[in-house]
Amino acid sequence: MKHMTRKATRHISQNEGLIFEKSSAGKAAWKLPPLDVPEVDTAALLGASERKDLGNLPEVSEIEIIRHFTRLSTWNYAIDLGMYPLGSCTMKYNPRVNEVVARLDGLANAHPYQPEKISQGAMRIMKSLSDCLLEITGMDAITLQPAAGAHGELTGLLMVRAYHESKGSPRKKILIPDSAHGTNPATAAMVGYAVENLKSNAAGMVDAAALEAQMNEDVAALMLTNPNTLGVFEQEIHRIADVMHAKGGLLYMDGANMNALVGKVRPGDFGVDLMHLNLHKTFSTPHGGGGPGSGPVAIKKILEPFLPTPVVITKSDGTMAFEYDRPHSVGRVRAFYGNFGMFIRALAYILANGPDGLRQTTEDAVLNANYIRKGLEGVYDLPYSTPTMHEVVFSDKLQAKKGVKTMDLAKRLIDYGFHPYTTAFPLIVPGALMIEPTESESKEEMDLFIESMKSIAEEVEEDPQMVLDAPHNTRVSRLDEVAAARKPILRWKPSV
Amino acid sequence: MRYLPKSTADREAMLKSIGVRSIDDLFAPIPAEYRLERDLKVPRQMAESEIVDWFRERSRENGDGHATFLGAGAYYHYRPVIIDSLISRGEFLTAYTPYQAEVSQGTLQSIFEFQTMICELTGMEVANASMYDGSTAAAEAVMMAVRLTGRRSVLIARSVHPEYREVLTTYAHHQGLPLKAIAFAENARLDLNALAQSMTPDTACVLIQSPNFFGTIEDVDAIAEIAHKNGAMLVVSIAEAVSLGIVEPPRQADVIAMEAQSFGVPLGFGGPYCGVIATRDQFVRQMPGRLVGQTNDRNGKRGFVLTLATREQHIRREKATSNICTNQALVALMVNIFMTIYGKVGLRELAKQNLAKTAYAAQQFGKHARVLFPGAARFNEFVVETTEDPYAVNSRILGHKIVGGLPLKKFYPELGNASLWCCTEMTTRTAIDTAAGMVAESERSMKSAKEEVEEVAG
Amino acid sequence: MPYPSDFKYTKEHEWIKADGKIATIGITNYAQGSLGDIVFVELPKPGSELTAGKAFGSVESVKAVSDLYAPASGTVTEVNGELNTAPEKINQDAHSAWLMKITLKDPGELNSLLSAADYEKFVADEGAK
Repeated sequence: MKHMTRKATRHISQNEGLIFEKSSAGKAAWKLPPLDVPEVDTAALLGASERKDLGNLPEVSEIEIIRHFTRLSTWNYAIDLGMYPLGSCTMKYNPRVNEVVARLDGLANAHPYQPEKISQGAMRIMKSLSDCLLEITGMDAITLQPAAGAHGELTGLLMVRAYHESKGSPRKKILIPDSAHGTNPATAAMVGYAVENLKSNAAGMVDAAALEAQMNEDVAALMLTNPNTLGVFEQEIHRIADVMHAKGGLLYMDGANMNALVGKVRPGDFGVDLMHLNLHKTFSTPHGGGGPGSGPVAIKKILEPFLPTPVVITKSDGTMAFEYDRPHSVGRVRAFYGNFGMFIRALAYILANGPDGLRQTTEDAVLNANYIRKGLEGVYDLPYSTPTMHEVVFSDKLQAKKGVKTMDLAKRLIDYGFHPYTTAFPLIVPGALMIEPTESESKEEMDLFIESMKSIAEEVEEDPQMVLDAPHNTRVSRLDEVAAARKPILRWKPSV
Repeated sequence: MRYLPKSTADREAMLKSIGVRSIDDLFAPIPAEYRLERDLKVPRQMAESEIVDWFRERSRENGDGHATFLGAGAYYHYRPVIIDSLISRGEFLTAYTPYQAEVSQGTLQSIFEFQTMICELTGMEVANASMYDGSTAAAEAVMMAVRLTGRRSVLIARSVHPEYREVLTTYAHHQGLPLKAIAFAENARLDLNALAQSMTPDTACVLIQSPNFFGTIEDVDAIAEIAHKNGAMLVVSIAEAVSLGIVEPPRQADVIAMEAQSFGVPLGFGGPYCGVIATRDQFVRQMPGRLVGQTNDRNGKRGFVLTLATREQHIRREKATSNICTNQALVALMVNIFMTIYGKVGLRELAKQNLAKTAYAAQQFGKHARVLFPGAARFNEFVVETTEDPYAVNSRILGHKIVGGLPLKKFYPELGNASLWCCTEMTTRTAIDTAAGMVAESERSMKSAKEEVEEVAG
Repeated sequence: MPYPSDFKYTKEHEWIKADGKIATIGITNYAQGSLGDIVFVELPKPGSELTAGKAFGSVESVKAVSDLYAPASGTVTEVNGELNTAPEKINQDAHSAWLMKITLKDPGELNSLLSAADYEKFVADEGAK
């Protein structure tokens, strides 16, 4: 044989091209049934609006599509393959029964505007989920409308603003700890509030005295994540809530870290006025490569008049309906009712767990994070000695002496078969390694992770270049992000 | 609990290695006054079979097996089965956001293909990796125009989906952006005179929807001319993506905000859906949402990465183009696969079938009731005015397991007993004939009732 | 890299070189080093008014964005077009890759800025923190 034939030996290393590169005229993966109504003359009906050409859309067969996407999928890491130690992402198991029930015909094919008479099943799902989430959070009312956590933050702050407006003045500022997720200040700005930073103290918590000094009648709310992004529970939460309430401010909680609290403590009990939840974190709905999520917002009674419309209500005859006549509502934050498909999945998760399962889940999440913390203490620098809950943050301080940073360590972790932890966040820890295993990890998987991280630390001492050049075992090596940003190529173009 | 991979022995060993006596020690940071000492009052733990039964009941309560004439921003199209076969693969379903590119090339390459196809379909130069839905995409597109022009006021056609307009009102209110609604003309298209008269030097953009809420295709050229002449941008919302198979896209738009639900996303009682923003290259840095770019690795191999991230919340924080973080990636993958399945020829054929079914239905309904807004081309929706209250008519139609068109009174009171009807390739001739027949019957009985009254009165 | 002695410097790591009433502005070597590979520069249009101390544009790397602050007040006369296609020139030689030229409103403003020696000391202190 003179030439190598172009057949790959392992599909995992095949260079699957773009679908456009496989396209050729005449191939088809579709077939429509024959029309049971008369054909139409498109030109006559549409005139100048008629589209003549669909450009460079592909023409391929069904098997090519199956192979294309199956091959692409093998290039992805996923929860189904192994642990994601990503902090504050709560990458837990996505139960498959959730996928089955979401596809039941009467639910999957329900049109949002269908008569309420045949929507009772959907509304009952929304009500049951709402009731469970209210019990879990200790709050009084809830909206399921927001499509994701950030959207929930927006909705929450809109209600904060409406509340203050009803008291005479919307106020001007939102206080946000310097450890907060980027969506927090971005959201505050979208709602027309100025952002004021709150410095963390030496234990990585909100400095309650500093808060007291900064709190005044210009501050509408404090946006707090609890436990915070260091995994630390705000022990002074009682004082924090009191400081806010004494000057008429509200306490907003970012619920991203609820996985440390479910069944053990309820934010409504410790002074939170409103909070959002991430169904795609705590409540097991799948990440799907970046969404969809769902970000319900649970509130105390004082904010109820401002809930987005519509609200699910139960009528005197026991049937459910959507209530639109709510004069003080902040309005809508999206069309229809929310990411209903995610409600089904989250409710299925809650029903699969029950009260005992939920509590055990939280306990395992905290146990797992502390197990990893213990295993890596001394190997990586631990900037805060404060007890942590479901996640822990190390820094690259020790390794940085050899010129190796958190991103390099993360890339080397890929060679050991794990997805990286969260790098370079929270911003208050330079060179952060933020690790959250979740309850879905077995002792075996975590022991493997700990061993891998220890091995990498050794490599830093003995052969730092190996770590700096990582990953070595992936289909693509480190990608040139600088070129991608300097000369963005954001679509395929046919070669001239 | 069957999702938890630990035995009692494991837990004990771990507690021991941590150096605590019990799990309670790890929860000591929670002040005692707040620690829950009771079970949560949620339903007891269910077996998998019980969970399936519970939701099956809900599905039955939700009227499965009905034919539908509802559209209005959510469309019932056939979903080829390989969509679910592929997106259900764990490597897609349970993957994280592709921040670590080396282990996310599957997600990233498919998004790159998605961005490309959206550009081809919409006639724009760049598209993002999805927004929450069409309504928020429209609101964010308007915000983009405000930032780009430095102007503050927005004109919005009344023929844009009412709930989209509500969302924009919510978003705009707290940014202090004045919104003005522009009326539609007798043919349901935007009233061009009203538009021209409402333009001011402070108009940042005009927002229209095409096909609009009534199914009518707007005169995008004329609207673009008025907007651009005044230095304003044109933002076009597209709610029925299948229309792009047969209707010329609004190439004169500066920003297109789409809802891609029609492309393989289940109706699902309103969500999750798939918004997309597409625009011209020169505006890309003001576009919100994730973007995937092509690049090379250290060995010159082609790969894909998230790029231009400096627009986004995790870097810009309060100066971000938007606060969006999680988007709709898995749903965008459904859209991607759908567009790939139908492709260049199939999308056109699909759209043609929608057009044919609707033309037939409009003709049938028009025989006995009044089809409003003649005089301009429409895609797969039309408005019917009945003498009787449409809720009453629909109530009887429901008895045949058919859901009738959306009564419009609550959105457009001036249209009286009008309702919005949609036909897709899934609508059967039988359903059309049955519904049209019932409307005909309603008209006849209303007419004879009226005649009887007149007889008695006269 | 030594800091040119005929430049003046700000604590936000910009440099400014005055030639009578015309001044040239750029960012320092220290700034480009902390940013990393620069991918994009956002600059005002010629004719824009700058106020000393106020933000007038930004410099982006892959992972970060930095606002640029006007070292002095004036009107922008010229912007370095090369940076549109080759922002990496700033990384290569920050002290010759100028961002823009302005007509100074009040050349006296430069007196309150740092000299090369003061700036060098300032940067050394920053690094030590």
